[in-house]
Amino acid sequence: MKRKIVVLLIIIVGFLLQSTVFQTLSIGSITPNLMVIIVSSFGFMRGKKEGLAVGFFCGLLEDIFYGRLLGMHAMIYMYIGYVNGYFNHIFYGDDIKLPISLISVSELVYGLGTYLIMFLMRSRFAFSYYMVRIILPELVYTIVMTLVFYRLIFSINCKLEIKS
Amino acid sequence: MKRRDRFTIPGKYILLALTILCVITMSLSFLTNFDGGFLNMATGYVLIPVHKGINRAGGWLREKVENLEDLKEVKGENERLREQVADLTLENSTLLQERYELEELRKLYELDNDYSSLNKIAANVIGKDTGNWFNMFIIDKGSEDGIHVDMNVIAGGGLVGIVTKTGPDWAQVRSIIDDMSNVSAMILKNSDLCYVRGDLQMMTEGTMHLNELRDLDDEVEQGDKVVTSYASAKYHKGILIGYVNEIKTDANNLTKSGSLTPAVDFEHLSTVLVITDLKQQVDTEKADPEETAAEEEEEGAESE
Repeated sequence: MKRKIVVLLIIIVGFLLQSTVFQTLSIGSITPNLMVIIVSSFGFMRGKKEGLAVGFFCGLLEDIFYGRLLGMHAMIYMYIGYVNGYFNHIFYGDDIKLPISLISVSELVYGLGTYLIMFLMRSRFAFSYYMVRIILPELVYTIVMTLVFYRLIFSINCKLEIKS
Repeated sequence: MKRRDRFTIPGKYILLALTILCVITMSLSFLTNFDGGFLNMATGYVLIPVHKGINRAGGWLREKVENLEDLKEVKGENERLREQVADLTLENSTLLQERYELEELRKLYELDNDYSSLNKIAANVIGKDTGNWFNMFIIDKGSEDGIHVDMNVIAGGGLVGIVTKTGPDWAQVRSIIDDMSNVSAMILKNSDLCYVRGDLQMMTEGTMHLNELRDLDDEVEQGDKVVTSYASAKYHKGILIGYVNEIKTDANNLTKSGSLTPAVDFEHLSTVLVITDLKQQVDTEKADPEETAAEEEEEGAESE
């Protein structure tokens, strides 16, 4: 129970940071995506089910406040969390290579998914532009943020696992 | 805890169930006006106070930093301003004369019932779109303050956007530079109709699309004012959108298109005004049904 409350708090704090503080950190109007870091790390740290749940709630929050299709982000994040859960059994805490590569791939999937659902469906075909101008910069910036925030999430998770 | 673990449902079934749920809510919100209902309320009560708090703290911090920077600038600026005052007093007298002329022209344009007579309330921007794809933000006034969906939002005399969703004490606003925004507009000087569409590709240059301008007499040129049109179903007439940036004739030789620079600085929005009169309430009789229908087919569900 305590664990659930802490995870919920992490999600809410992450969302609030993302929509306020991170917006002022943006470089060239690109902001890093903290939500992907949270969803993906809970996926591979805790397994499929928790990744799925965390992803769903992160996405839902985003949808309620900033979305136009309720459920779109929820679905993308949910799948990201779930698929990251498959890597749970090869995850050993100290190594940062696996988290970084998983988070990068997740971020890429998030970018491509958003493009597919929200832009390609409205016949915006300039894919290379969106790739170079939005998806890749966001990816790089998110990786930089991962170096900072992953350690934090990981240590919180460790403390929780010791207690339970 | 342990007893419950025995009966857990496998992850893939939860995934399947939630996927179906998401698809249903997505199609609901696409096809109908469904916007989350109780979810807006529940989450709003928890998160909006925190949003406001962070926003206030951030604002305070920025103010302190800016104060220091400003002090240096202000000293140098003071010198320059003294010189300017002299220039401006001269200019002022000529402008006063022109003002009488302007008032005459306004009457001709029938713009005296413009948006200055509409009711407005001020609101603070307390959060911005989390991703990099869209340009939405939330404000700290909601349905309890009398905000409804489709109300126009302005700042600094220019059009900012439109309210797309409301909670009890927050509302979601879509800016006109957003990729899904499409506003029916007109050129102020000759009342020629056109459309102003936001585009993610042009957002980085700080411009927007200007489409389907007829301009038969080739009157429109760079720097002309573009305002919301009388034909729009949701936007009040005569709100400044921006200035024509460049314009060229389309391949069909009938219409013109180009780009315009918005009048509002979208990077630094902190307070906005919401016009609490809905267009439909104020002048239902003025909305031309034919034009409205043409607008709607322009980009499916996302046009006004």
